[in-house]
Amino acid sequence: MSAVRSDRSDRSDSAPSAAATAGGARRRARAVARLPLQLLSLAICLLLWQWASSRQLHLGFVTFANVPPPAEVLDAARALLDSPKLWPHLSSSLARVGFGFGAAAVLGVALGLAIGRSTWARLTLLPPLEVLRPIPAVAWIPLAILMFPSSEGSMVFITFVGALFPILLNTIHGAEAVDARLVAAARSLGTRGLRLFSEVIAPGAAPSIVTGLSIGMGTCWFCLVTAEMIAGQYGIGYYTWESYTVQAYPNIVVGMLLIGVLGMGSSVAVRRFGALLTPWYQIKGGRHD
Amino acid sequence: MTETPNDAPGRVDVRELSIELGAGADRFRAVERVSFAIPAGQFVCLLGPSGCGKSTLLGAVAGHLPAATGGAWLDDEKIFGPAPERGLVFQQHTLFPWKRVVDNVAFGLKMKGVGRAERRARARELLELVGLAGFEDKYPVQLSGGMQQRVEIARVLINRPRVLLMDEPFAALDAQTRWVMQQLLLDVWSRVKTTVVFVTHDIDEAIFLADRILVMSHRPGRIREDLAIPAGRPRGQEWLTSDEFLRLKRRCMALMRDEHERAFGARGEPAALAGAFI
Repeated sequence: MSAVRSDRSDRSDSAPSAAATAGGARRRARAVARLPLQLLSLAICLLLWQWASSRQLHLGFVTFANVPPPAEVLDAARALLDSPKLWPHLSSSLARVGFGFGAAAVLGVALGLAIGRSTWARLTLLPPLEVLRPIPAVAWIPLAILMFPSSEGSMVFITFVGALFPILLNTIHGAEAVDARLVAAARSLGTRGLRLFSEVIAPGAAPSIVTGLSIGMGTCWFCLVTAEMIAGQYGIGYYTWESYTVQAYPNIVVGMLLIGVLGMGSSVAVRRFGALLTPWYQIKGGRHD
Repeated sequence: MTETPNDAPGRVDVRELSIELGAGADRFRAVERVSFAIPAGQFVCLLGPSGCGKSTLLGAVAGHLPAATGGAWLDDEKIFGPAPERGLVFQQHTLFPWKRVVDNVAFGLKMKGVGRAERRARARELLELVGLAGFEDKYPVQLSGGMQQRVEIARVLINRPRVLLMDEPFAALDAQTRWVMQQLLLDVWSRVKTTVVFVTHDIDEAIFLADRILVMSHRPGRIREDLAIPAGRPRGQEWLTSDEFLRLKRRCMALMRDEHERAFGARGEPAALAGAFI
């Protein structure tokens, strides 16, 4: 064929390569090889912490005099593990995050899909949201305490506000970015009305939604801990703050580490869940048979 | 010519059709008062230079673009909006990336409310027709460009369209794959016998495939020439190297060059000078 060729050269009809599976094994081997250095780095940090706290290092602008050493933190962690209060602390924090994040996910995705695809929805729904968006969730705490009769309600509300905007904005972006040709193809194949959302817009926006959920989960924990410090009875944030007020300093660090672990764990869970929802997106990086 | 009786479905009428694109001050006529009729079962190529409005014209027949004047009819029903009876195949990347190949093909039946088992069985039949048996469970991203276009064709055919609208479907493929796909399309078409409107800027492709070529002028698009391709079927490599093929090719090239010159002239350059560079 001699006539003008499209310069958008595409893959040829040859069989797709199977190189990606070998790549996965190589990546794992490399990760194992790097492990000792990473562990060493962590060990050095622990040693520095031990050294600074046992020497009660005082640098003028910062002092380690009241910082508990790692061994004491470990003891405090053991004590918490045996304590009957561990479960109430954990479960109340997890429940607050669960309700707040769940509500933010449902509302953020639904609003985001509508706003991303409909001019009418954008004009009616977006302005109030844009006004509220720059207000940090933490700034809501006083008003939330006044608005909600129960402190549970106000804390769930704070986590909800924290998670809502990352989810909403990423969903809007994802819905807007769905290829117009995909929509045209779906319409030509007989797709009408709401099915366009369930069959094309939502799955097309899914990778962005997963990103939003993952970020939202992070901000959710951030806001929860702050809310619990001020208005809590149980919860990891409350435990951390309470430890300060009763001068059980090793417990502060236990609380901090626990918050880190829970935050990281829930973010990993969201990402795993997202990967299950978007299997095609996982293949995209390397196509393999 | 593969003529089917007049009562067979798939007759396309375009009358006085103009299409405008762009918004506000940038609005312009992409297609200007075009009229033609395609009998049911005919394979027609719309041939023209880039930007002549051939894809726009196809978009209006598909129902994605509104008419400024006139309109298009399928079997005497005026076309408003897209419908599965007018299957549209794009250049590339319009498979649903989140659906496996079999579910991409079965999508049209899902929209019609056909049950999962039945629509998958039908999808498998069509995948076999386009030579993709065994690829049902792949995602589009795992297929090559040519394979993706096969899936596109199968996905549209599952709705048993009365007319197949193809918008430069093979333009993004390499020459070898394109040649394979052209033969595959003729093979599939010889079995399903729908009307085909095929947009291309590739003269060889048009003459190889079509019963009839509508050569379009430069913007605003008009029908410049209505060329019958009097070759029998099935067509093979001999047709590509025949004298008749070359005669038609020379004719099309002359028409296309003419259009190119007129386009240059319209931009204020001396037409003779512009012609000297071609």
